[in-house]
Amino acid sequence: MPTADIAGSALRHESAHLHVSGRALYCDDIPLPSNTLHAAFGLSRVAHAHIRSIDLSAVTAAAGVIATALPADVPGENNYGSSVHDDPIFTDTQVEFAGQPMFAVAAASYAQARRAAALAKIDYEELPAILDIRSALAAKSYVLNSRHLLRGDPQAVIASAPHRLKGTQQIGGQDHFYLEGQIAIALPQEDGAMLIHSSTQHPTEVQHIVAHALKRRAHDVVVQCRRMGGGFGGKESQPALLAAAAAVLANKTGRPVKLRMDRDADMLATGKRHDFIVDYDVGFDDEGRVLALSVMLAARCGYSADLSGPVNDRAICHVDNAYFLEHVEIISHRCKTNTVSNTAFRGFGGPQGMMVIESVLDDIARTLGRDPLDVRRLNFYGHDTRNLTPYGQLVEDNVIPLIADQLEASSGYRERRQAISAWNAANPTIKRGIALTPVKFGISFNATFYNQAGALLHIYNDGTVMLNHGGTEMGQGLYTKVAQVVATELGLPLSAIRVSAADTSKVPNTSATAASSGSDLNGKAAQAAAQTIRARLIAWASEAHQIPADKIRFDNGVVWLGEHSISFAKFVAQAYQARVSLSATGYYRTPKIHWDSSKLWGRPFFYFAYGAAVSEVAVDTLTGETQLSRVDILHDVGRSLNPALDIGQIEGGFLQGAGWLTSEELWWNARGELKTHAPSTYKIPTARDWPQQAHVALLQHEPNREDTIYRSKAVGEPPLMLAMSVFHAIRDAVAACGAPNSLPELHAPATPEAVLRAIDILRGEALA
Amino acid sequence: MDRIRFVIDGEVRTVERFDPTRTVLEYLRETEGRCGTKEGCAEGDCGACTVVLGEIDDRAGDGERVRYRAINSCIRFLPTIDGKELVTVESLRAGDALHPVQQAMVDAHASQCGFCTPGFVMSLFALYLNNPAPQREAVVESLSGNLCRCTGYRPIIDAGGGMASLPSPARWSREDAHSAARLQALIGLRREQGLTLPGYCAPRSLDELQAALALRPQALLLAGGTDVGLWVTKLLRDLPEIIYLGEVAELKRIENTAEGLRIGAAVALTDAWQALVAAHPPMAELAQRFASPPVRNSATLCGNLANGSPIGDAMPALIALGASLELRRGSVTRRLALQDFYLGYQKKDLATGELVAAVIVPAPVAGQRFACYKLSKRNEQDISAVCVAIAVDVSDDGRIRDVRIACGGMAATPKRAPGAEAALRGQAWSEASFMSAIAALDADFQPLSDMRASSAYRARAAGNLLRRFFLEHGSSAPAALRTQQAPAGVSA
Repeated sequence: MPTADIAGSALRHESAHLHVSGRALYCDDIPLPSNTLHAAFGLSRVAHAHIRSIDLSAVTAAAGVIATALPADVPGENNYGSSVHDDPIFTDTQVEFAGQPMFAVAAASYAQARRAAALAKIDYEELPAILDIRSALAAKSYVLNSRHLLRGDPQAVIASAPHRLKGTQQIGGQDHFYLEGQIAIALPQEDGAMLIHSSTQHPTEVQHIVAHALKRRAHDVVVQCRRMGGGFGGKESQPALLAAAAAVLANKTGRPVKLRMDRDADMLATGKRHDFIVDYDVGFDDEGRVLALSVMLAARCGYSADLSGPVNDRAICHVDNAYFLEHVEIISHRCKTNTVSNTAFRGFGGPQGMMVIESVLDDIARTLGRDPLDVRRLNFYGHDTRNLTPYGQLVEDNVIPLIADQLEASSGYRERRQAISAWNAANPTIKRGIALTPVKFGISFNATFYNQAGALLHIYNDGTVMLNHGGTEMGQGLYTKVAQVVATELGLPLSAIRVSAADTSKVPNTSATAASSGSDLNGKAAQAAAQTIRARLIAWASEAHQIPADKIRFDNGVVWLGEHSISFAKFVAQAYQARVSLSATGYYRTPKIHWDSSKLWGRPFFYFAYGAAVSEVAVDTLTGETQLSRVDILHDVGRSLNPALDIGQIEGGFLQGAGWLTSEELWWNARGELKTHAPSTYKIPTARDWPQQAHVALLQHEPNREDTIYRSKAVGEPPLMLAMSVFHAIRDAVAACGAPNSLPELHAPATPEAVLRAIDILRGEALA
Repeated sequence: MDRIRFVIDGEVRTVERFDPTRTVLEYLRETEGRCGTKEGCAEGDCGACTVVLGEIDDRAGDGERVRYRAINSCIRFLPTIDGKELVTVESLRAGDALHPVQQAMVDAHASQCGFCTPGFVMSLFALYLNNPAPQREAVVESLSGNLCRCTGYRPIIDAGGGMASLPSPARWSREDAHSAARLQALIGLRREQGLTLPGYCAPRSLDELQAALALRPQALLLAGGTDVGLWVTKLLRDLPEIIYLGEVAELKRIENTAEGLRIGAAVALTDAWQALVAAHPPMAELAQRFASPPVRNSATLCGNLANGSPIGDAMPALIALGASLELRRGSVTRRLALQDFYLGYQKKDLATGELVAAVIVPAPVAGQRFACYKLSKRNEQDISAVCVAIAVDVSDDGRIRDVRIACGGMAATPKRAPGAEAALRGQAWSEASFMSAIAALDADFQPLSDMRASSAYRARAAGNLLRRFFLEHGSSAPAALRTQQAPAGVSA
C-alpha cells in the first residue's frame, strides 16, 4: 500500500498561485502568430424559418474582413452533433431556433468580426414555432423516442391505495455561466494537419468533429486544453461547434483563426440545462409510505438530440433518489422545440429526476400533516430489503440513514422546526421554513463504454515527472488529485510532478471529463502507469542490488533499498543508465457495470455518492423575496483524495444548485427569443447569497465499498442536488401561509414572482 | 498633445493614436499583453475585468492623497484613465512573493477554475488598501460586483477576512500605496488644461466644458460610462465626439446648500450615495443594492438620472424626496423638478447642448416618513423589477399632510402614482387609507411583462410595498427580510 500522506491531504489547487496572480493561461491568453484572424458567428434572429437567401455582401465588404464561411465552405460533414448527426455547424436551409449559427466571418480583429457579422441580410420565410414543452407534447414533437420504465403494477396499486395524490411541477433550465465563454483556436499545421486549442471537457470529440468537418482523419487533428474557466457540462458537446467553425475558416484562409463568442452569443447559441414538466400520480399509506408512483417526465430538448438521450435516461434513473419505489412507472418524453438544443449540465438530468420524488414526498407529508423529514425517512432505501432500484441495481452501499441521523442531530433540525413553527404563528409577514433533503447519485457514465481512461507518465532522468491523462481541468482540481495519486505511488513530493495539458496526441480516445468520473477514471489510469514504472524500477533494483523486492520502498523523494537510501533522482538516473524504460501508459476500465439501455435495466453505476443538507430560509410574503439564512451539509466522498478540493466542490455545487432553484430564470419572449442572455438579466448567485451560517462537513469513516482510487468517491455533480433543501425550505415557508395540509403550487426557479404567486394562491388572493 | 499618460507599475505610459472608445481591458490584453485581467461579460456585470484605479483625491481639506478604487475595465474607455494610476493583478506580486490578498486567496482554497479570480483579487485589493481590518459585511459588500461560478464564495469571503492578518508586503502595502512617490508621480501628470484627442476631450473646468459644448453641441456627454460603455461593447455602436465630464472640477462637488444636498454631474455614485444616506438613512439598502462597487466607483448619480432608464434605481427615491435638476446650457441655467424631466420612454426635457449639471435633494422635513424598496430576482447587483419610493408627511394629529409615491419598472419612465397619492392625501394614517391607496395604484400603472417580472407581479408587488410601508411604520412585527430577527435560539 502506498504512503497515503499526499493523497488525502488538503493541498491547494495546482494552479492556485497562477490563478491569483493572473498567470494562469486560458485559451484567450495564448500568444498567437501575428497573422491570426478573429472570427464571429452570424446568428439567426427567428425561431423557425426556411432561409430563402443569405446575402453576405455587406459582411464581406466590412472593414477588416478576410473570409466568411457558409455550409458550402465545409469540406466534410457540416455537423457537430456526436450521437445523432443533427447539429449543423452552419445551418443550411432551415432555421430551427433564434440564435442558431448560420455563418461565420473572419476578420483582422475581434471587434471587426463582430461588427461585420451583424451586417448579413437574411431573407426568412417564417414558420410556426413550437416554443414550450406543453406545445411539443400536444404536437408529439420529439427529438428521440419516448422511454418507458415499468416495475410492478403501479396503476392497480395506486387505485387501491389508502391515499392518492396527483400533481404537476415545472422545473426550470439553467445556463452554465462558466466565467470563461466558449472559445477555440485553429492553427493550420504542415501537410493538412490542424492544431486546436479548445476550452473543452471533451478533446477527443472535438478532434473527431473537426476531422470530419475538414474531411480529414483523426490523426490529422490535435486538440489541446490546459484548463477551462469553468465547464459544468457546458463544454462537453458545445465546444466542437466553435472548433469546427474555426477550423473551417483556418482551412479556407490558411491562417490561424480564433473564435471567441461574446457572452450574449454564447448564451443564445449554446445549450443549457433541460427544463422539465412533470406530472405525477402517487398512492401511499397512512404513514406516508409510497406504495406506487407513476411519473411523466417531459424535457425540453430544443431543436436537436445532442446529449438529450443520456440526460433523460439519467433523469429516469434518479426519480428514486434515496427512496425505494416498489411499484413504479416512468414515462420520459424528449420534446423537440424551436429553442437552443439543451445539453449536459452538472447532474445531467439527475437533478430534475430527483426534484420529482422530493416534491411527491413533500406533498404526501403535508397531506398527512407529518413532518416531511419523517416521510422521507420512512421511504429511504433499506439495507437488506427494499434495496432494488427501479432499473435493477441493488443499493449495496446505503449510508443515507446514517447521514440523515448525523445531520438531523448536528443541525438541530427538530428544535429549529419547533422554533420556526412558533415564529410563523406569531409573524404574519415574514415566514420561515426548513427542509432536509438527501442525495443519492449514481457514479459512472450510463453508457458503459465511456467508463475507461488512459494516462501517460514520463520520468525524466533527473527524477522529475511529467503527467498526462485523458481528463480535463475545469477548476474541479482533477489535475491536483491525479498528481497526488502519482506522487503517492512514487513516494515523491507533489513538486516533483508536473501536470500537462490534455492533449489528444498524448492520450487517445478519451471520454469526456464528465459524469463526476474524472478522478475515478484518470486517477486509476495514472496509478496504473505509475505502478508499471515502479514495478520496472523495483525489478531492476532488486536484481542490481540483490535486495528482495519487498525491501524496496519509495518515500518522500527517497528510495529505500533495505537499510540503504538513495535520492529518487539518483535512483532513476541509474535506472536510465541501466536502460530501464521510464515512460509508461496506464489504462483503467470500471469493473462490474453493465447496462441494457433498451430495457433500462442493469447496473449502470459502480457505486452511489450520498449527501444531505438542511436549509433554512425566510420568505417575505409581501414580495416573495427569499433569504437563505443557514445551511448544514453532510456529504459522502468516501475516503477523500483532497478534503479542501472536495469541500470546494460541495459548497460550489450547492450554491450553483441554489441558483438553479431560485434566482436563475431563463425567459423567452413570445417569438422564442431568449431575453436573459447576459449577467445583467440572468442572475447567478453572488457572495451575499452564501448563507451567513454554513456548516459543511465530510462524512467520516466511510471509505467507498468499491475499489475506487484509494476508496474515494466522485464529488463533481452530487452536491448540486443538496440545493433541493433550499427549494423545499422555501416551500415549507410558503406552506405556512396557507391552511394546514395545503400544498404550495411552487415551481422552480422560486423567483420572488413564483413565490408570491404560490403564496397568493394559498391565501386565496391569486390574480387572474 | 493628443496622447494620454498614466502610471502602471511605477512607470509612466504614454499612449497615442487610438480610438477613444478603446476600453482599458482591450488595452491591457492587446497592447500591454497583460492577460491576467479577463473579459467575462463586457458589460460590467461579472467583475472578471476588475482593476484598481488610483487618482489624486483632493476632496478633504487636509492635503492630497491617492484614492484607490476598483472599477470594471471592460466598459471603461481608455482616455478616461489619463493622469491616473492603473493597478492590475500582475502589479501586486513582488517577485515570487504573492501579495497578502493573493496569498490569502491561495490559503483559503478560494480559486477553482481561476477565471474570475483576478477580478476578486482586485476587488479585495481595493478593500485591503481602504480598510485595514474588514469584517464579513465589508468583504461581502466589496465582492458584490464579482461573480464566481465555482466556489460558492465561502472561501473568498474567508480570504477577505484573513488577508489583513498576513505580513505587510514589499509592494502595495497601504504605506506603499500612499507613499509620496506614488502621489508625486500622479501630480507630475496633472494637466493645466483639458485633454483633447481626436473625437474626445476632457475639460477640466466649467469654462472649458462650456467652450467645448459650444463647439460641439452634438457631442456625447460621458460621465461614468457604465452605460455608454455597453453601447460600444455590446451594441457595437459608433459614438459621436465625446466630451468627458469626469475631470471638470466644479462638477465633482457635493455641497450642503440651503435647499439640500447639491450633487454635481461628475460625482461618482459611491460618494453620492454616501452623502445621500447620511442625509436620508432609509436609502441605505437601496444604495448598497445599487449596481456594485466597481460600477458605483465609475458611474455618476447625475448620469443615472440623465440616462433616464425606466428601471433606473435612483429616480423613484429622489422623485419621492422632491429632488430637482440643475440644467445648464452655455451660461444659462434652469431648474426642473426631477419628475418633470422624464417625458416618455427615453425622452427627456433636455435640449441639445444642455447638461444635467447637478441634482439637488432636499433635506428631510419633520414628520416625514420615507422608504424606498427595490425588488429584483437577486439581492445584489440586479436591476429592479419594481422600485417604489414613498415619502409621507404626517401631521401631529396623525393625518397625511402630503405624500409622494414614485415607482420604477412600472411604466415607460420613472413616475409618480397620482391615484394612490390622492387616496392617501388628507386621510388618516391607517390601514384603511393604505388599502384604498393600494386599490388606486392599479389605475396608476399598466406595467409591462418582461424578463424581470410579469405585469401582474409588478402591480401586485407594488401594492404590497405600500402595505410594507404602512406595516414598517406602525407595527412591531418584521415586514421585510433585512429587518427581520431570527427566532430565539435559532440561527443566532
